[in-house]
Amino acid sequence: MSPQKSKKPAIEGWFDMDEKAPRLVGTRCAECSTVYFPAEKVFCRNPHCASSDLPEVRLSTRGRLWSFTNNCYPPPPPYVSPDPFEPYTVAAVELEAEKMVVLGQVAGAGVEDLEAGMEMELTLDTLFEDDENEYVMWKWRPAAA
Amino acid sequence: MGSSDVAILGVGMHPWGKWGRNFVEYGVKAARDALDDAGLAWTDVQFVAGGATIRNGYPGQVPAATFAQALGWSGAQVASSYGACATGAQAINTARTQILAGLCDVALVVGADTTPKGFFAPQGGERFDDPDWLRFRLLGATNPIYFGLYARRRMEAYGATELDFARARVKNGRHGLANPNARYKKAFTVEDVLASPMVSDPLRLLEICATSDGGAALVLSSMEFARRHTTDPARIAAVSTVTPEFPQTVIEMPNFSTDSAAGAQVPDTPFKDSIAKRAYEQAGLGPEDMNLAEVYDLSSALELDWYENIGLCKPGEAERLLNDGDTTIGGRIPVNPSGGLSCFGEAIPAQAIAQVCELTWQIRGQAEGRQVEGARAGVTANQGLFGHGSSVIVRR
Repeated sequence: MSPQKSKKPAIEGWFDMDEKAPRLVGTRCAECSTVYFPAEKVFCRNPHCASSDLPEVRLSTRGRLWSFTNNCYPPPPPYVSPDPFEPYTVAAVELEAEKMVVLGQVAGAGVEDLEAGMEMELTLDTLFEDDENEYVMWKWRPAAA
Repeated sequence: MGSSDVAILGVGMHPWGKWGRNFVEYGVKAARDALDDAGLAWTDVQFVAGGATIRNGYPGQVPAATFAQALGWSGAQVASSYGACATGAQAINTARTQILAGLCDVALVVGADTTPKGFFAPQGGERFDDPDWLRFRLLGATNPIYFGLYARRRMEAYGATELDFARARVKNGRHGLANPNARYKKAFTVEDVLASPMVSDPLRLLEICATSDGGAALVLSSMEFARRHTTDPARIAAVSTVTPEFPQTVIEMPNFSTDSAAGAQVPDTPFKDSIAKRAYEQAGLGPEDMNLAEVYDLSSALELDWYENIGLCKPGEAERLLNDGDTTIGGRIPVNPSGGLSCFGEAIPAQAIAQVCELTWQIRGQAEGRQVEGARAGVTANQGLFGHGSSVIVRR
């Protein structure tokens, strides 16, 4: 990894690019409190709510592992696989306050290190890089005690 | 007889495989077989419902008109449907409702596909507004990733084991052995399954459905028309194409998250349970009235989820149902006597139609080598990306 490369989010506006305090950026309906991630900015999708007032919120950074799996084979584009391919793990993490499950790749752990119900925390990590940039994504990792 | 029944006069399929030819050829073969089976000519068809796929090489060919042109322009009315894996059910329902509204007597439903090798992939280009593109780009979340999440959840919630999942695969492999339309006709052992390479832990290569070429067709008619042509036909008694109810709290392809339940009550019936439930309600029947089922076994573990979702047993009891032999041909309620997706692989717009073909052959007693004795009623279940439920009840 070349030190000159600049870090860019793999997608704009979905999370704060702050490695010390990463947060997912969603919205919460001002009327019914439903949380949206990725952000829903136009209409609340609750069928019993007609609100279009959806201020931005930061989501909880910790949650419980609902399930997990991995991918042992290179997926097709637009995933950018390193050469040689490195298998990766994907976690589904349940956020208590938001009452929702959010997916993410897992940083620094494989399926053998995981167990449903364990506490996970949000982190930022490189998803892929090209000659100029390192593209950063949110990931989950087992929470520090 | 229910007032919303339509007759299945004919069924036909093009065998599933990796033939590498144009999908139109498969659809036309299936349609001609269905017409022969019905004893009707193509020119008797007043309405054509085609199942579309938006991937895999032929945007711009709209299926209903494409099939109608290939069969010979006849001036029939046409409609094309798309509902991802549930496309076939949408096409069936379009034809069925035309018949029930009295707008036509005879309708043809056709779905066919040609698939590339390997994982299903999203459309190309830079598509930062497309969740299907983004899930590959940002998470590497292939379809088997979602299947793996469900399988692991089953193990955590109910104590299911890799052995249970392998047994579901072995069961379907045996069922499909004698099916002339199946792509894979090979009996695997539990050891074979568990020795196949891991794809998305805990699911192995033999437990994840392949992508296939294939085609399926139905000739449907009003009950009144059917009475003039045949006696006691198989009938479609219900078609469910429901969406989830908000909030949908189970992670679904191609999403990054579930709906939040912070602002609304979680529905009493989870989405996958609601799919067949709506069909049962339409038909005035229940799971106890079914003699067999065809379910969408995208993975071996997912088949077990469906047992519970379609009401064959309570949550957590699917492994027992499987291991007791209840869902094997000869058991109480055989599931996937066709061999299921395990033996077919997925030809997306054809799949929900193929499920109905199998129920029809079973109910007529024509499922040679895989016949469920005394089959009189069966249910299909399937689910399409982006919130498409699919369930059809076929009965005598």
